[in-house]
Amino acid sequence: MNLTLHVWRQSGPKAPGKLEQYEAKNVSPDQSFLEMLDEVNEHLIKEGKDPIAFDHDCREGICGMCSQVINGVPHGGQERTTVCQLHMRRFNDGDTIYIEPWRALAFPIQKDLIVDRNALEKIMQAGGYTSCHTGGVADGNAILVPKVDADYAMDAAECIGCGACVAACPNGSAMLYTSAKVAQLAALPQGQAEAAERVCAMTEAMQEAGFGNCSNHYECMAACPKGINVKFIAKLNREYQKALFK
Amino acid sequence: MILDGKCPKGPIQTSWDRHRFDLKLVNPANKRKYKVLVVGTGLAGGAAAASLGELGYNVEAFCYQDSARRAHSIAAQGGINAAKNYPNDGDSIYRLFYDTIKGGDFRAREADVWRLAQVSNNIIDQCVAQGVPFARDYAGYLDNRSFGGAQVSRTFYARGQTGQQLLLGAYSALSRQVKAGTVKLFARTEMLDLVVVDGEAKGITVRDLITGEIRTHVGDAVVLATGGYVNVFYLSTNAMGCSVTANWRAHKKGAFFANPCYTQIHPTCIPQSGDHQSKLTLMSESLRNDGRCWAPKKKGDNRHPNDIPEDERDYYLERKYPSFGNLAPRDIASRAAKEQCDDGRGVGPGGRGVNLDFSAAIKRVGEHTIRERYGNLFEMYEKITDENAYKQPMRMYPAPHYSMGGLWVDYNCESNVPGLFVLGEANFSVHGANRLGASALMQGLADGYFVIPYTIANYLAKTKPGTVTADHPECKKSVEDVKAYNNRLMNINGKKTVSEFHRELGKIMWENVGMARSEESLKDAIKRIPVLREEFWNNVKVTGKGEELNQQLENAGRVADFLEFGELMAKDALHRNESCGGHFRVEHQMPDGEAKRDDENYCYVGAWEFKGVDKEPELHKEPLTFENVHLAVRSYK
Repeated sequence: MNLTLHVWRQSGPKAPGKLEQYEAKNVSPDQSFLEMLDEVNEHLIKEGKDPIAFDHDCREGICGMCSQVINGVPHGGQERTTVCQLHMRRFNDGDTIYIEPWRALAFPIQKDLIVDRNALEKIMQAGGYTSCHTGGVADGNAILVPKVDADYAMDAAECIGCGACVAACPNGSAMLYTSAKVAQLAALPQGQAEAAERVCAMTEAMQEAGFGNCSNHYECMAACPKGINVKFIAKLNREYQKALFK
Repeated sequence: MILDGKCPKGPIQTSWDRHRFDLKLVNPANKRKYKVLVVGTGLAGGAAAASLGELGYNVEAFCYQDSARRAHSIAAQGGINAAKNYPNDGDSIYRLFYDTIKGGDFRAREADVWRLAQVSNNIIDQCVAQGVPFARDYAGYLDNRSFGGAQVSRTFYARGQTGQQLLLGAYSALSRQVKAGTVKLFARTEMLDLVVVDGEAKGITVRDLITGEIRTHVGDAVVLATGGYVNVFYLSTNAMGCSVTANWRAHKKGAFFANPCYTQIHPTCIPQSGDHQSKLTLMSESLRNDGRCWAPKKKGDNRHPNDIPEDERDYYLERKYPSFGNLAPRDIASRAAKEQCDDGRGVGPGGRGVNLDFSAAIKRVGEHTIRERYGNLFEMYEKITDENAYKQPMRMYPAPHYSMGGLWVDYNCESNVPGLFVLGEANFSVHGANRLGASALMQGLADGYFVIPYTIANYLAKTKPGTVTADHPECKKSVEDVKAYNNRLMNINGKKTVSEFHRELGKIMWENVGMARSEESLKDAIKRIPVLREEFWNNVKVTGKGEELNQQLENAGRVADFLEFGELMAKDALHRNESCGGHFRVEHQMPDGEAKRDDENYCYVGAWEFKGVDKEPELHKEPLTFENVHLAVRSYK
């Protein structure tokens, strides 16, 4: 199939950006979206033009590196799918596709479709861990975790930190991302000792980094490639309130 | 030169404990005077940086991705082994040690493998303490499953995302140290040279992938944890950025490269669908707990798999290896799948695939249970192939997955260049010629959490801190060399893209140095790779500038290194006149097609010394001795 692409091009963080048009020809339905872009890039290189810069790495939907807004939707709108796992069979011959980077104040553009997601790191560094030392910990089975709790924690822990939730949110909020870590650790005995400190520190870091607040649009959950549930945001709020009253 | 692995002598059961006692310590107040550079933030590097930071060393950690959490360890699916014997099925440290030595076809060091098996139990405890949500049973205890190459259930898992959860555990420990100020993290930074001063590793030269700046970081020791090199095949299960670059540049500065020909071809990957493809996707080996491998008995049988009756199916693994069945080790399962396809009984486009069938398991335990065990894998499979594996068998074909070779290290994980330590997949140490399932995660974390913190102290205790600064002539020279190298790449301005060269190299490698190698195919590769390399240096086109974000330049450097490394890999495979594990030489096989080892002549680690591009490398040997698990024909029948 043949497609028309409008791709956001921006040479650097301070340079002006604009959409540019490209043709993608003879695209196979079995190709992934990124493989389609690879081929467009091969043509651009041969013409001596600068290829489109985009982030990608594992191409298995797990590393969280890829970050493209396709036709207005982060990761392209197929349910629970990263861009690298989006396949061209989801498109039709003759389609026009708009490709843009994550859009959020906290994610400055580096080049073309690549953004800086360091703000997410800051949130994690504020308290997204249990402060256990290496070695000298108890036997794994000495800490019993009911299956239901372990499953709940795992549902939250599946977050890949791609930032699609932020890009999808009208407020540019990182609450789904933050809530996933808070909820995971708050559900487990290992994480409970520091739960109050953690939720306060992470919430503060989130605000400092320039993310907005949640106002219940649920766009984050719709865009999340791992299907992280907004119930964790409710959990985050509860944990925060609990911490305030402590 | 006969290499010395410096393994402790005496009874193996106490070898690590005795060795640990003999290692020198660094006084807590002195630790902060030392700076350690850790390259790579996967399981090995992330765990190492976090542990060393926690001990009080100054650590600088580097990764080429935008976040430490994106290292490719994240993609491991199935699980991590430990000898806990929680299921009461007869496991022990000794059995894990035994299985690993045998699984690696007697080409790993006994002492290293013993240590791995011993610390495996600490790893699980550590990860649980970090809040890794391992699978649990209803009583709250940790759950286990079985994996290839073992007859016990010793694999701990977190759905089909075990690597992700373990990496996030290490990443959280790392984040904690970043906050504490002991670790400084440099993301989007790629190591392009090793700085060696007076024969010792004292720094690395990196390129800032955002600004293009080339600069040197100096330290008192360098730790490489940069993963594997199977992207030399172009198509593999590795992430796109995985390369041999850091290892290769260290090799060019004197570090020996050991057993490069040992690569693992994983039996259960989604078959290639066309020439456009950029990578292959692995399906966890754990699927073989419930999935049965079969091919049609009749050649060219292209009926829908569900229409092929039971008696016209060949469950070849269960037939050939009745005691291990579908859980035969990876090299054996891979070769068996290839055999079916070569015999004209493959399924899917081009006949390059076998069936992995869940219908019996679904009938036995119900679709719900299968969904719970492997749901995300089935989803992933459907996205890529557009097929529903609950309704019809998955199609599988082997693909390059893991490198057992790597930089040579002694028992302390130290390379032959003093001060250069190598961890995880980047070193060669514990997997022998074939890595068993669920043991890569184990090695990464063992090296990072429980080996390097002790062994690096032994080196540092003998080293004066801060002797080298960034204005040292060797640092300046390294920066100039890297700049010159990159400029050379930028100025060729030829006609072919970097990817075209990579694909061509991959084709040579897969056809000649892949799942089956022969003297003829290897000699052919050794002839063709230099020709392709020559063409690359005359005809590659790299657009843009060096002083900016330039992904073409990044890739060009990586492919340039693969073009040199591929030749070494073929040479190593050619010199090893035997078959062992994943290294299968067609001239050396048993009458029934199994790998035929030659212990008389090849029971050693082959470590190569770099002598210059286009010059013959020099082979050094480290003899392997087996005092605890006796050399025997490896059988899974």
